[in-house]
Amino acid sequence: MTRQQIADRVATAVLWGAGILILLILAGFLLPILIEGLPVIDWQFLTTRSSSFRAGGGVGAQLFNTLYITGLSLLFSFPIGVGAGIYMAEYAKPGRMTDLIRLSVEALASVPSIVLGLFGMIIFVNYMGWGFTILGGSLSLALLNLPVLVRNTEEAIRGVPQSYREGSLGLGATHWQTVSRVVLPSALPGILTGLTLVAGRALGETAVLIYTAGVTVSRHFPNPDVMIAGETLAVRIWSVTSEGLVPDADRIAMGSSALLILLVLLVNFLIALPLWRYRRRMQ
Amino acid sequence: MDRVRTADRTARLALTACAVLVALVIAAILLFVGSEGLRLFADVSPLEFFFSPVWNPPLDRFGALPFMVGSVVVTGIALLISAPLGLAGAIFMAKIAPDWMRTVLRQASNLFVGIPSVVYGYIGMTLLVPWVREHLGGQGFGVLVAGLVLAIMVMPTILGMSEDALQAVDPAIEEGSLALGATRWQTIWDVTLPAARPRILAAIILAFARAFGETTAVQMVIGNSPVLVRSLTTGTSTLTSQIIMEMGQTPPGSPWNRALFMMAFGLLAVSLLMILLVRWVSNRGVAR
Repeated sequence: MTRQQIADRVATAVLWGAGILILLILAGFLLPILIEGLPVIDWQFLTTRSSSFRAGGGVGAQLFNTLYITGLSLLFSFPIGVGAGIYMAEYAKPGRMTDLIRLSVEALASVPSIVLGLFGMIIFVNYMGWGFTILGGSLSLALLNLPVLVRNTEEAIRGVPQSYREGSLGLGATHWQTVSRVVLPSALPGILTGLTLVAGRALGETAVLIYTAGVTVSRHFPNPDVMIAGETLAVRIWSVTSEGLVPDADRIAMGSSALLILLVLLVNFLIALPLWRYRRRMQ
Repeated sequence: MDRVRTADRTARLALTACAVLVALVIAAILLFVGSEGLRLFADVSPLEFFFSPVWNPPLDRFGALPFMVGSVVVTGIALLISAPLGLAGAIFMAKIAPDWMRTVLRQASNLFVGIPSVVYGYIGMTLLVPWVREHLGGQGFGVLVAGLVLAIMVMPTILGMSEDALQAVDPAIEEGSLALGATRWQTIWDVTLPAARPRILAAIILAFARAFGETTAVQMVIGNSPVLVRSLTTGTSTLTSQIIMEMGQTPPGSPWNRALFMMAFGLLAVSLLMILLVRWVSNRGVAR
């Protein structure tokens, strides 16, 4: 064997090693959570209120708030994000204005979540005078979702073959008719994939919510009032480990971590399944 | 027909409004966070804020140097680990792994992204910190564990974007190299990697930006003492961790509050700089 061939063998072995190491690291993070966290999750854990200083509390209210805040944030960001994405793909003409909007979207995507949290705090908590609220938290979280939705929608729409548009326009349809009846239905799977991405991130977000939605929960649960503070599961993991007084903080944090990961997987699955059927029907 | 045309015009208007609204958000963030932060300099000199290592709010000492150094060191450690590993993984996925292994790694990468940052922080706190304390000494909390946790969090960014970059290289030039008798590794090293370099660089810059701005995971393992980094395994603090720790205790409008906002404005400035850097790197790649 020549030196070059030996180098090739060594490099191949090292690269295999890197691939396997990546899998081992993932296992090292996931397994402890699942092994210690899954047994914590039972009906009582999912439905009882949390206690601030006694052991045995559940995360019922936090689970509700997590779904509620994520849902509201998507409700606010999805129409605007998709609308802006359609604009960028279908309407924007090359030029200064379009460049500026694109730069703004990229810039917004790079803003650290803590900065979005502080911005939300200035606007909703202090300026509007709401204090810590579920509404303020959801609106701040919507800002985190926006750029991802815009970029994803734009890419999904650009992926639709030009011939589809030409066919529709050739039949005398207006631009909007073409977009809404031809382009959007074909781009839908891509747009919804973006939605799973965003939902997964929103479910586990903490830095945006700590100073907008707060670290306390309502005494009643489920409580659909949007003008009260609402701690989420992810924020609960943070608060219970960093300043918590409960003796079973580890149990709550492990259980909540496992629950959060299950939630993210479930959301992916819930959106992926109908998507798969939709794709089959389109073919 | 008239109704159709009105709908067309209304849709265009509404969609334009959406795009303009998104663009206005970043302007509003810059304005509000910036004006809150910059007012610090009415009470505290910029010289002290940027260069003094003393952070003692009750005594009106607002030196943010320890946090800036902390952020840079932690991000540096994270990239030292994640860039080689992520890039090696990307080369493996793009050029060497069999199909089944590539699928496994892609799913694994998606799972990495799906784990919330607070969970990374929690695992770092319960597994890595005690391990480091036992085997390497010190308090365990510090820049080493924070860097490790961040490395794992940003690795999928480098892995995914670099793999895309390597896949996008024109196979014709790789075949040319192989036909000339080069080994697979020579081809990857001398042909594929240089061709993909601008996009790999962009991936690493974006990973830097993500690591620099990560908050919760870092705060849980950094130790949170407002002093300059002394060693890899003793407590310090970063820009993000200090903000999340202290924001709740500061009255709005106080110098302490404004100092934290100024730190947030610094984070914002760094992340915008990174975006411009990514654009510059990618454009240079296209031009060549």
